[in-house]
Amino acid sequence: MSAAKGIVLPPSLAANPRLGDWLRVRPGGVKDGSAEGGVVEGGVVEGGVVEGGIVEVWPGKVELGQGVLTALAQVAAEELDVGLGRVRMMPAVTGLSPDEGYTAGSMSVQYSGAALRLVCAEARGLYLAAAAARLGVTEDKLTVADGEFGAPDGRATSYWELADDRLLDRLATGGYPPKPVSAYRLVGTSAPRLDLPDKLTGRPRYAHDLSPDGLCYGRVVRPPARGATLTGLDTTAALALPGVLTVIRDGSFLGVVAEREEVALRAADRLRAGAVWDRHPTLPDAADLPGFLVGAPAETTVLAETTVLAETTVLAETMVSAETTGSAETGEPPALGQVGASYEATYHRPYLAHASMGPSTATALATADNSDHASDSGSASDSGSAQNGPRLRVWSHTQGVYQLRAELARALALDPGDITVTHVAGAGCYGHNGADDAALDAALLALAVPGRPVQVVWSRADELGWAPFGAAAVVRLAADTDPAGEVLSWRHEIWGNGHSTRPGSNPAGPAALLAASHRAGGADIEPAAEPPMARGGGAGRNAVPPYAFPAHQVVNHRLLEMPLRVSALRSLGAFVNVFAAESFLDELAAAAGRDPVEYRLSHLADPRARAVVEAAARRSGWDDWPARRAEDAGHGIGFARYKNSAAYCAVVAEVTAVTEVRVRRLTIAVDAGLIINPDGAANQVEGGAIQAVSWTLKEQVRFDRYGVTSDTWETYPILTFSEVPAVDVELLPGDGNPALGIGETAQGPTAAAIGNAVYDALGVRVRTLPLTEENVVAAMEA
Amino acid sequence: MEDERGGAPVTVLVNGQRREVRTEPDTALLYVLRNHLGLKGTRFGCGLGLCGACLVLVDGQPAYSCDMPLWAVRDKEITTVEGLGMAGQPHPVTKALIAGQAAQCGYCLSGVIIAAAALLKRNPDPSDEEVRGALDGNLCRCGSHNRIVRAVLAAAAELRAGPQDRAHL
Repeated sequence: MSAAKGIVLPPSLAANPRLGDWLRVRPGGVKDGSAEGGVVEGGVVEGGVVEGGIVEVWPGKVELGQGVLTALAQVAAEELDVGLGRVRMMPAVTGLSPDEGYTAGSMSVQYSGAALRLVCAEARGLYLAAAAARLGVTEDKLTVADGEFGAPDGRATSYWELADDRLLDRLATGGYPPKPVSAYRLVGTSAPRLDLPDKLTGRPRYAHDLSPDGLCYGRVVRPPARGATLTGLDTTAALALPGVLTVIRDGSFLGVVAEREEVALRAADRLRAGAVWDRHPTLPDAADLPGFLVGAPAETTVLAETTVLAETTVLAETMVSAETTGSAETGEPPALGQVGASYEATYHRPYLAHASMGPSTATALATADNSDHASDSGSASDSGSAQNGPRLRVWSHTQGVYQLRAELARALALDPGDITVTHVAGAGCYGHNGADDAALDAALLALAVPGRPVQVVWSRADELGWAPFGAAAVVRLAADTDPAGEVLSWRHEIWGNGHSTRPGSNPAGPAALLAASHRAGGADIEPAAEPPMARGGGAGRNAVPPYAFPAHQVVNHRLLEMPLRVSALRSLGAFVNVFAAESFLDELAAAAGRDPVEYRLSHLADPRARAVVEAAARRSGWDDWPARRAEDAGHGIGFARYKNSAAYCAVVAEVTAVTEVRVRRLTIAVDAGLIINPDGAANQVEGGAIQAVSWTLKEQVRFDRYGVTSDTWETYPILTFSEVPAVDVELLPGDGNPALGIGETAQGPTAAAIGNAVYDALGVRVRTLPLTEENVVAAMEA
Repeated sequence: MEDERGGAPVTVLVNGQRREVRTEPDTALLYVLRNHLGLKGTRFGCGLGLCGACLVLVDGQPAYSCDMPLWAVRDKEITTVEGLGMAGQPHPVTKALIAGQAAQCGYCLSGVIIAAAALLKRNPDPSDEEVRGALDGNLCRCGSHNRIVRAVLAAAAELRAGPQDRAHL
C-alpha cells in the first residue's frame, strides 16, 4: 500500500501508482508546435520551441475526438501551476503509459482526471520541496507560477532547472491535497482544443496519415455473407498486377499487400472476383426482428428490484401480455396504496452502426530475426506461421492499447511483451468500431512481409457492414398507478444481446477480433456478457428508474446467440432504455391527464435531477408552448442521469411532423458537477444530442438472411446539415460537486424527447425506432 | 516504362505546382494526393463521392477526389486544403473553425473547408440555410454541424469586411 493513511487512490492510480509513469519533466526547448501527441513515427512533429521546458503527461486515456486530452491537460497544468502551453499530452503506448483500461463509458475526466489531479499535486509538492532546498527557504515562502518557483528575495528556480526523473520515481501516496475548486484558474475555462489547429490545416495527425519509410498497403477481402467460407481461390489476376507483394490466405481470411494503395485496391477487386465462397443464410428475418429478439434463446436475470411488495400487479406477472388496460386486475397491496390502473407498452430499437467518418485503419510492422520467415513476393503465404518470435508494432485508433495488445497476442500466439501498440487518433468512433479488427488485419498482413510497415484501411462497405453494431433490443414497460395517476410499481424488461464484445471482454472465449473468426480454425466471437449494474450495466444501463417509485423490477433477457456481431456503441443500452422508459412515463402522464414536466417532477426526489428538468423546461419556454405552437408542431421532454451515476441531463425537443418527422430545436440542461472545460463540454453534449437525433430519426442497419445490406451512405443515411436542429445547451453550476462523465448523457433523453414531441404533434405513440415515415405510418395504422 | 512498383509518369497541377507521379491513369486522385504527394489533408471517407471528406477544388469547383480518375483532371488546376490559404495563413474558413472550436474529431473538416470556401466565392453573403444547403454533401458524425455553420457565416462576414482577404479564395 503506497497510499497515505486514510487516502483511497482513484482506481487507475491505484493500479498504476508510480508517479513517473504519469508525468515527466523535460528541460530545455522542445521542438513540438502541437501540444498533444507528437511521437508518432511517420507523423509530423514540427513547430516552435518552448522556452524553459515542458511536462509530458502520459494518461492511459486516448483522444477519441471529443477533446478529452485537452481537458486532462488543463487538470495537469492546474495542479502543477504551469501554463497549458507547457503540457504535452502523450499518446497511449503499451509498456510506457499507465494501463487505464478502455477510454469509454464517459469516465475519462471522472477517473483519469482524478488520478492526474493527485499525481500532479504530489509532483508539485515534491518539486516544491526540492526548490525550497535549492533556494534555502521554507516551502511556504515560495510562489509557483508557470513552472517557476520564486523566493521572496527574487531568486527563482523551476521544474526544468530541478528536473530529475528520480523525484517522481516513487509511488503515489495521495497525501498532497489538490487545489480547492475556489483556487482554480485554468480548470473551468474554455481552453481551446490542443489538437485542432493541426487537424484543421491538413497536417498529418490521424492514423490514416502515417507514412513511415517503406510503407506498403494492405486490403482485406471480406466474405460475401456472414459465415461464408472460402472454398476456392484464383490469385493469378491479382498477382499479375505490378506492385503486388503478396496475397495472404488463411482459412476464409483473404488479403493482399501492394507497394501502392491504388494497386492494393485493384488487387483486392481481382481477388474478390477470383474467390469462390460457400454461403448460407444465418441471419434472422429482418422484417420480424422484434420477434427474433423476444423468441431467441436467452439467459434471464433480474438486474434490480426493490425488496418491497413483489406481489403487486405488475411485479407479480412474469410477462405482461395485454394491451394497455384500464383497470387493475388484482387487489391493492397495503403499502403501495390502491391500484387505479395498469399499463404496458413495448418499444424497439434496431441495430445501429457506429458509422465513423474515417473507416477503421491500422499500420503494423513485423520484424523477425529469422529471415526464413520472409515471404516470397508474389506467392500466397501462410500468415499464421508466426513462429520464431517476431516482434510486432501496431499503430491503432483503439480505445484500449493494452487490451488490444493482449487480444492480438492471443490471436497470433505471441507473447504480449513482443507486441507494442501505440495509439494514434482516428475519426470519432463513438464506441467499439472496427479499430481493433483493423489492427489484427494489419498485423496478419505485416507478418507476411516482415520489415515492411503495412497500412490497412477499411472500405466504407466494410465499416458499415462488418464493424460491430449497437445492439438491437425490445423493451417492455409495465406500471401500476394509483387513482391519481401516481406510479406505484414499475417493471422494465429487456430482450437483446449484451453490449460489449471488446477485446478482453471474454478471455476464455475465442479472440474477439474479426479476422480471428475468419482464419483457419477460427470461431465466431461469442455473445456479450452483461457487466454488473454497479458498473453501469450494459443492456440494463439506465433501466433502473431514476424516479421515486415505491416498487420497481428490472429484468434482462440476454441473448445467447449473436447473429450480427454487436459491441459498445455510445451509451450502450441507455439509448433504448431511456427512450422506452421516458416514452412510457409520458404515456402514463397522458393517461392521468397530467403535464409531462409536472408529472416527472412529482416523481423525482433527487434535487439535481429536478433542477435539470426544471432548467430545460424553463429555457425551452415549456409553459409558453400553447401560445407559440405552430401547425404540425409538438414538443416533448426526456430525462436521465447517465448510468444513474454520471451527468444529469434533460432535453426538450420541438418537432414538426406530418408523416416525416423533423426536429427543429433541442434545449438541453446538464448537471455534470465540476466542468473542466465548459465549451468542450457543451460541444460534446450538443454533438451527442445531434447524433442521437440521427439515430432516432433515420438510422437502422438493414440486412437480409445472408448479410448487411446497408453498407453505403445511401443505404445507411445519417443526419445532414439541413436536417440538424438548433441546439441550446445549459450547463448547470457545479456547486462543489465532483466531475461527472458527460460524453453520453444526452443520447437517451434526446430520443425520448423526440418521441414524446412526435406524440404531442400527432397524437400517435411511435414505439419503434427509427421514427421514419414508415414507422410513423405503421403506428398510425396500428 | 514500368518499374517493379508499376505505373507510368503522369503530371498533375496541384496547389499551383506541377508534380510528376508514377501511377495508372485510372487511379483515383485521392491516392495521388495523399500518398504520392504526401498531402494528407484530403481524406478518404467512402470512395463513392457520398460523404465529402475527400473534396478538393478542380478548376475552382468542389469535386470528390475519391472517385475522380487521374485522367479526368489532366491539365486541370487542383487545390487541396493545404493549398487554400496563403503561406502561413490559413483560409478564413479554417481560422473561423478554429476560433469557434467548430469540431470534435475533425476528420470531415478538410472537405467542409473546401465546400465552404467554394460557397463563399460564389455567394459572399449566404444565409444560414444556404450554408447548410452547400454543406449537405459533407457528412459529419460528431454533431459539430451548428458550430461549423456559425464559423462559415463568421468567415463570410470577415471576408466581406476585408476585401483584401479575397486573395485567399
